[in-house]
Amino acid sequence: MTKKQKKVRNRIFIVLCMFAVLMVLEKTGILSPLPWFLQLAIFLVPYIIIGYDVIRKAVINISHGQVFDENFLMMIATFGAFGIGEYSEALAVMLFYQVGELFQSVAVAKSRQSISDLMSIAPEYANLIAEDGSISEVDPEEVSVGDLLLIRAGEKIPVDGTVTEGESFVDTAALTGESVPRRVQKNDAVISGCVNGEGILKIRVDKAYEDSTVARILELVENASNKKSRMENFITRFARYYTPVVTIGAVLLAVLPPLFGQIPFSDSIRRACIFLIVSCPCALVISVPLGFFGGIGASSRKGVLVKGSNFLEAAALIDTVVFDKTGTITRGEFRVSEIIPASGSGISEKELLTMAAAGEAFSNHPIARSIIQCYTEKNAAAPDTAPIDNSRTREVPGKGLSTYYNGKELLLGNSRLIDVPASIGLIDESAGTVIYVSYDGTYMGAIVIADQIKTGVKEAIASLYAIGVKRAVMLTGDNEDIARHVADKVGINDVKAGLLPADKVSAVEKMLDRGDNGNRLAFVGDGINDAPVLMRADVGIAMGSLGSDAAIEAADIVIMDDDLNKISSVIKIARKTVRIVKENIVFALAVKLIILILGALGLTTMWLAVFGDVGVAVIAILNSMRALEDK
Amino acid sequence: MKKTFKCEVDCANCAAKMEDAVKKIEGVVSARVNFMTQKFTLEAADDIFEKVFDDAVKACKKVEPDCEIG
Repeated sequence: MTKKQKKVRNRIFIVLCMFAVLMVLEKTGILSPLPWFLQLAIFLVPYIIIGYDVIRKAVINISHGQVFDENFLMMIATFGAFGIGEYSEALAVMLFYQVGELFQSVAVAKSRQSISDLMSIAPEYANLIAEDGSISEVDPEEVSVGDLLLIRAGEKIPVDGTVTEGESFVDTAALTGESVPRRVQKNDAVISGCVNGEGILKIRVDKAYEDSTVARILELVENASNKKSRMENFITRFARYYTPVVTIGAVLLAVLPPLFGQIPFSDSIRRACIFLIVSCPCALVISVPLGFFGGIGASSRKGVLVKGSNFLEAAALIDTVVFDKTGTITRGEFRVSEIIPASGSGISEKELLTMAAAGEAFSNHPIARSIIQCYTEKNAAAPDTAPIDNSRTREVPGKGLSTYYNGKELLLGNSRLIDVPASIGLIDESAGTVIYVSYDGTYMGAIVIADQIKTGVKEAIASLYAIGVKRAVMLTGDNEDIARHVADKVGINDVKAGLLPADKVSAVEKMLDRGDNGNRLAFVGDGINDAPVLMRADVGIAMGSLGSDAAIEAADIVIMDDDLNKISSVIKIARKTVRIVKENIVFALAVKLIILILGALGLTTMWLAVFGDVGVAVIAILNSMRALEDK
Repeated sequence: MKKTFKCEVDCANCAAKMEDAVKKIEGVVSARVNFMTQKFTLEAADDIFEKVFDDAVKACKKVEPDCEIG
């Protein structure tokens, strides 16, 4: 609680005691022999203690011409109650109003706190290493590019930098939601906001604090709630009319029925006061942004940055997800995917790879390098080039390469270079690029090199279908065969292949242009060269963007790591958030309407109306906090 | 120029009303009173920013005498 809140709490406590005493005195009839002005005076003391700030604001605001100010309306309502001789009710109304306001402000402060706790990635200090080797603790904003910093175990990396000394595991969980620590050593880049798990690291500062990842993320999340959702716009517009309409209703209710002789003035004024009490739209106005704030917080915890409430709102309506292939579904790097020894040749996978890697050892071709890399990874050593007679190696343009291995001819290349026996047959080219191997005139087998599909993509796409996304589409510049092969493996039916970068924009536009059925289209890319498509889609989602400024700039939703499963997570969070906000709106409106009807018919008391009104606000706030929870 | 200030405001509806009031001030390009983050963002031309900001604070005080900006 803040000082301000504590003060209100103490006032409430004092007045609550006085109220209890007065109620006892009133009910036992001790007060009734007193003249009315003395009774009024007795009730006015606690009334002023609890309500002086409301009255002060009401007076200031009415002098500014703010007729529909909550304080003013509350003052009128309680004055009205005093006017018709309902002293205890007037006091109760003001008391409960303040209780409700205190409750609200504590609940909002709490939710604000729990959301900013989630975002506790901001580093508090940096250990600057001076030229003489001494270490001093400074504000992260004070370090400049090129400075040397020391990071001890358990400390946050304050700015983006490069490791110059030491090795360690860094925990990126606060940024990416990824729980497996990442290993870093000399010359690796490290990102601010990560926690150094063990050992001491020295880093050289690459970016000043305000340009570092952590500062950018914090700014983004802070600003996210600046972009209003459609629901929030609707509610603020609604609130602008709600208060005047209810106030005018109160005036009519106070004046008209007595004029027609239906009910006495004292009764009609009491009913009008009830109207004034429920005229404050705060419960409505607060619950919408609070819900979205919670939803954005919940996403951030999963390593998904949502750049605005409006984007979260749109994400709830996603029914089509368009994926870029390279870099999103696949890794975008070519690697050996299959090694297929020819049947009957008696050669093992390992021998085939050894032979091919040796043969390609002197080549700089990307395919050659993939084969060499595969060999190096499997054997933890570079290929042994001793059996190769490199003076007799020659490239066969457009076909492959021929060389001598242990004195016999080794051919590596496509089907135009090598005769593959018809009994074995060619390998399906859609799987990737195929390198056939022939040694000493005998066909030995083939090595397939393909762009690798990322792990978990199939599950991610299945989970999208499971939560009701209707269409998953893959866009690619590759040819139809390769595209189809990848799409089949991950469970996508819809493939648009052979697209130039510009074609991707028009392909997405074509999908967008099918009449607004209320649903939204998301495009998922790596943000490297698909920025225009990211911007064109209803919801642009950039993947694996940790540290990539361009992607963060262009996208609406940024997934910090490489996990496509987070798309369905964020859609789920979005739907839950929107549902909670809708519940709040409907609930608050319904309760207000019920109080208005009961009030107009004279079926409720004033302090019950206050209770109902502030109660709704508190329930709406508590409900909004659910948006912050997982699942 | 776009600048963000701290802004203490107690009720969500007041924040919305303050935002409306500031948007009506001459020279304001965009304004946002964010109740959740308790921040006030004002955008105006560089040369008149100081004046616009002062007007905005006055307008906010008119709506909610207890608000604190800066």
